[in-house]
Amino acid sequence: MLCVDLPMKETTQVLVGSLDQIGLGQGRCFVIGTRKVAVFRLRNGEVCALDACCPHRAGPLAEGIIGGGIVICPLHGYKFSLADGRGLDNDLAVSSYQAEVHEGMIFLRLSRAD
Amino acid sequence: MVSANDSRQKLIVIGNGMAGARTVEEILARGGGEQFAITVFSEEPYGNYNRILLSNVLCGAQDPSQIFLNPPEWYEEQGITLRLGVRADVIARPHKAIHCDDGNWYSYDKLIIATGSRPTIPPIAALRKPTGELRPGIFVFRTLDDCRRIAEYAANCRHAAVIGGGLLGLEAARGLLTQKVEVSVIHLLDHLMEQQLDPVAGALLKRTIEAMGIKVYLKKLTKAVLGDNRVTGLAFEDGSSLECDMVVIATGITPNAEIGSRWGLTTERGIVVDDQLRTSDPDIYAVGECAQHRGRVYGLVAPLWEQAKVLADHITGSNPAAAYQGSKLATKLKVMGVELVSMGAITPDGEHEDVVQFLEARRGIYKKLIIRDGRLAGGILMGDIGKGAYLMQAYDRGIRLPDERLSLLFETGAPSVQVTFEEMPDSVQICNCNGVNKGAIVASVAAGHRSLRAVMENTRAGTGCGSCKGLVDELVRWACQGEIVDDPALHYYVPGIPLTKPELTKKIRELGLKSVSAVFDALADGRDDAQSKPGLASLLRTIWGADYVDERDARFVNDRVHANIQNDGTFSVVPRIYGGVTSPAELRRIADVAERYHARMVKITGGQRIDLLGIRKADLPAAWRDLGMPSGHAYTKAFRTCKTCVGTDFCRYGLGDSTKLGIAIEKRFQGIEAPHKMKLAVSGCPRNCAEATVKDLGAVAVENGWQVYIGGAAGSVVRAGDLLATVKTHQEVITLMGRFMQYYRENARYAERTYRFVERIGIERLKAILVEDCDGQITRLDQEIESAVAAYRDPWTEGCQAYESTQFAEPVTVNEEAAGSSV
Ligand code: SRM
Ligand SMILES: Cc1cc2nc3c(=O)[nH]c(=O)nc-3n(C[C@H](O)[C@H](O)[C@H](O)COP(=O)(O)OP(=O)(O)OC[C@H]3O[C@@H](n4cnc5c(N)ncnc54)[C@H](O)[C@@H]3O)c2cc1C
Ligand code: SF4
Ligand code: FES
Repeated sequence: MLCVDLPMKETTQVLVGSLDQIGLGQGRCFVIGTRKVAVFRLRNGEVCALDACCPHRAGPLAEGIIGGGIVICPLHGYKFSLADGRGLDNDLAVSSYQAEVHEGMIFLRLSRAD
Repeated sequence: MVSANDSRQKLIVIGNGMAGARTVEEILARGGGEQFAITVFSEEPYGNYNRILLSNVLCGAQDPSQIFLNPPEWYEEQGITLRLGVRADVIARPHKAIHCDDGNWYSYDKLIIATGSRPTIPPIAALRKPTGELRPGIFVFRTLDDCRRIAEYAANCRHAAVIGGGLLGLEAARGLLTQKVEVSVIHLLDHLMEQQLDPVAGALLKRTIEAMGIKVYLKKLTKAVLGDNRVTGLAFEDGSSLECDMVVIATGITPNAEIGSRWGLTTERGIVVDDQLRTSDPDIYAVGECAQHRGRVYGLVAPLWEQAKVLADHITGSNPAAAYQGSKLATKLKVMGVELVSMGAITPDGEHEDVVQFLEARRGIYKKLIIRDGRLAGGILMGDIGKGAYLMQAYDRGIRLPDERLSLLFETGAPSVQVTFEEMPDSVQICNCNGVNKGAIVASVAAGHRSLRAVMENTRAGTGCGSCKGLVDELVRWACQGEIVDDPALHYYVPGIPLTKPELTKKIRELGLKSVSAVFDALADGRDDAQSKPGLASLLRTIWGADYVDERDARFVNDRVHANIQNDGTFSVVPRIYGGVTSPAELRRIADVAERYHARMVKITGGQRIDLLGIRKADLPAAWRDLGMPSGHAYTKAFRTCKTCVGTDFCRYGLGDSTKLGIAIEKRFQGIEAPHKMKLAVSGCPRNCAEATVKDLGAVAVENGWQVYIGGAAGSVVRAGDLLATVKTHQEVITLMGRFMQYYRENARYAERTYRFVERIGIERLKAILVEDCDGQITRLDQEIESAVAAYRDPWTEGCQAYESTQFAEPVTVNEEAAGSSV
C-alpha cells in the first residue's frame, strides 16, 4: 500500500482496539488498510497475531480453535504455530506479528513496507 | 566394559538366541545402556542369528553369513560384553551370581534367562552311543552347527528319514531334498502338522509334498534304529521297517528350563513368569521358549517379540505399566513352497460356531474360517493366502467380520490392499481429500513415523473425510513390517489427555470438572490443547447437562454461531423442517429471508429440507428471527434430520404412518447432541423410499409393526443398518431409538459415527443390552435421554440475545490514521 522503497525493517506500532473486542480464548480479524490480521486472545492473558488468511485455501484463521500454542484453520484443519506462523502439519506458513496489550488495548507492530 | 567405578547395575543375559538378543535390543532402545552394564552368555559360538532361516541354509538358499542378525562386533559397539561359547550352569541366587563352564563366577543385579529350548528326543532303541551322545548318522535340527553337520553327512547318503511331520520336520525334509538324497517323512499321527492344520489341510499338504518326491508315512511309531556301525534303517511298532542311512529327529521341543528348576525358580513346563516376565525371584526374568506364561510355552517367534518389549519396558522403567497378556497365535508359514496361514482354533469346538470353508483340491487351495459371535476364532488358509493379512489382523484384534462371508475368503470386487501393496506404484493416491500417495506414506514411515497417528499428522493422510483411514492404517502397518508402535493415544478420548473415555468420564465426575479449562487445569497441568477442545466440550455437556460451564472458545466455529462455515467465510442456514413436511406460509418466509439476507443459493438438501447458503455471520441472528423456525442443526454433531416418505396418508403401499412417526421422532430428539451427527429416516413399507436402512437410526413399517435399524450409512462408507428389533407401536420405536441414542452418547468415541460404533460393539451385544436388558441399564438410559430431551433449547434463540458480544462479530476495520503511532 505504501512506497516500496522504504526500508523493510522499519516498523510501526498500531493500536487496533480494546481487548474485549475478542472473545476469551478466541480470535478476531482486524482489517488494517489492505492487510487482514487475526489477533488471538489467549486464556492466559497474552495476545498473538498472524495473517488472517490461511495459506492453504484462504480460510479465515481468526475463526479457528486455539490452544497449546497453535491455531487450527476452520476449513481443513491445517495447524499453524501462534508464535511464528510456521505450519505444523504442512509446509506452509503465515506471517506473524508482534502483539502486546497495554491497559486493555492491543498494539500490533507492523512493518511499513506493505 | 564393567569397570570398578561403573555405577550402572549389572545385567546378565543367559542365552543369545532370538529372544535374548531381541530383549537386549529393546533394552538399548529404551536407553537401558546407561542404566545397565550388560553381559550376554551364549553357548553357541556365534553372534545372534535368525534361527527361523536355518531351513534356508540347509537347502542352500541362503549362506550362513546371510542369516546373522547381530555379529559379535555389534555387541562391542553397543558396549555389551558377549561371552561366546560359554554356558551358564549355576545360579547362586543368595549371592546374586552365576557360574559358567569357563570356571568363573559373574555377579548380577538383574538376570534374564533366555535359554530357549532343545529338540525332544523320543525313546527309540539304539539311538545313542553308550556314552549317551546320538550315534553318527542321527541328527537334530536346531542350530547352525546342526545344519552344517546334516549337510556334510548327507553328501555320502542315499536315503534320509525325518522322524516328525510337524513344521520343523517338513522344513528339514525340504532342506534334505536339495542335498540329493531320497527323503521320507515319518509321522506318528494321521495327518501332517496337526498343530496348525486340520485333517483336510493335512491331506492336501501330503499330496503336494509327495508330488515333490518326498515319501510320507503316517501313523508310524518308530521303535528302533537298525544297523550296527552305520545306520541302515528304522523299525516301526507295526512290524514294518524302512531303509535309510541317516535320520533327522524333529519330534518337538523341550524348554531349557532346568536352569530355573535346579536353582529354585518356580518351573513347570517352562520357567514360570508373570505378566512382567518376572520369575518367582523378582530380580530374575525369563523370556522366550524357556518361559511359561499363564500356562503356555510358545514355540514361535512372534510371541517372543512381544515378550521382549514388555520385559524391556519393565526392567528399564520406561513403562512401568507394561504387561504381557499372552499372544494369540496367527502364523504365516511357507512349508515346502506352500503358503499357509494358521491361526487360533483350527477345528470348531462347539455348535455356536460358524464354519466357512472352501476346497479346491486339484489346485491345493483350502480355506476354512471358524467364526464365533461374528468374530474370527481361528482358521486355515492354504495355497492362496490373499486375504491372510486382513484375516490375521481380524483374528488378532477381534474385529467384527462383515456379514457377507464370501468376501472373507475371496477378493470380490477390488483386489485386496494387502496383496497389492507390494505391487502398488508409489504414485497411487491413498488419501483423496489431501492428495497423499502411497510413496509419501511409505516415506513417512521410513522417516520414523511408526504409528497411524504419527503418519497422519506428518502427511495429513486420513485427516479429511476419514474414509481412507482404514487403508492408511493397513499401509502403515505394511510399511512398518511389524515394527508398528502401539500408539496409546489411539485409545485416548482426546489427544491432549491420556485417558480413555470411561477413565476420563470417571475423573470428570469425581473432580466435578464442569468446564473445558477446568479439565485442562486438573488433568493436563493447565496445558490446553486445541485439538482436544471440541471433544471435551461435547463430553462435558453430556455429563453435566444444564450444569455444564460453557466456554465458547472450546467450540468449533460452526457451534459458536450455529451455522456451517463455507469456503468464503460465509455461513449456511438450514431451518428445521420436521419430517420434510412444510407449508406455504413457511416457504414464503424462507423465500423472504433468502432475499433479504442475499442468500447466494437456495437449495433443497439431501436431508429433505432447504438450505440458504452464503449468509453473512452478522446477519445470522436476524435471519433466524425472521424465519421463525428452529435450527436444523445442519452444522453440528447432533440429531440432524428424520427423513420420511409419504406413507399411509397417500401411498398405495403404505403399511405404517411414516410421516407421523418421523415428525414425532424429530420433534422429540431435535438437536440432541451426540459424539457425531445422527441422521434418521422412517419408511412406510419395505420399499424403503426414505432409505431408512442406511441411516444412523431408521424405522421401516412392516405388516403389524416397525423394524428398527441402527448403524446404517450411505456417505463416505456404505453400510446396511443392523436390525435392532421389530416392535409394534410408534411409542416403542421412539423409546428404543432414544435408548440407543443415549447408549451411543455415553459409549462412542468422539466423532465416531454409528456405523463404526455399531460395528465395534456388535449388534448381538447391543440387542442384549438395549432389548433384553442383560445388564439392567434400560431404565437408566431411558431416564437419561428423557432429561436430555427436557433440557433441549433451540440454539437459534441466541439470535435474540447473543451469548457474548463477540459471537456474531465480523472483522474490525481499524482506522489507520487514528491508530498508527510510530514508535
Ligand atoms: C447440504 C447437504 C448437501 C445438499 O445440498 O443436499 C450437505 C452438505 C454438507 N455435508 Fe453432507 N450434506 C447433506 C446431506 C448428506 C447426506 C444425505 C442425507 O443426510 O440424507 C450424507 C450421507 C449420509 C451420512 O451422513 O452419512 C452426507 C454425508 C456427509 C459426510 C460424510 C459422513 C460420513 O461419515 O460418511 C460429511 C462429512 C462429515 O460429516 O465429516 C458431510 C458434510 C457436509 C458439510 C457439512 C461439509 C462441511 O463440514 O462443511 C456440507 C455443508 C455444505 C455447506 O456449506 O453448507 N456430509 N451429507 C445435505 C444437508 C442435509 C440436511 O438437510 O441436513
Ligand atoms: C529350523 C527352525 C525353523 C523355525 N522356523 C520358524 C518359523 O518359521 N516361524 C517361527 O515363528 N518360528 C520358527 N522357529 C522357532 C523359533 O526359531 C524359536 O521360537 C526361537 O528361536 C526361540 O527363541 P529363544 O531365544 O527362546 O531360543 P533360541 O533361539 O533357541 O535361543 C536360545 C539360546 O540360548 C543358548 N543357551 C541355552 N542354554 C544356555 C546356557 N545355559 N548358557 C548359555 N547359553 C544357553 C542356546 O544355545 C541358544 O543359542 C524355527 C525353529 C527352527 C529350529
Ligand atoms: S416406501 Fe412404501 S410407503 Fe414409502 S412411498 Fe414407497 S411405497 Fe410408499
Ligand atoms: S483453508 Fe485453511 S486449512 Fe484449508
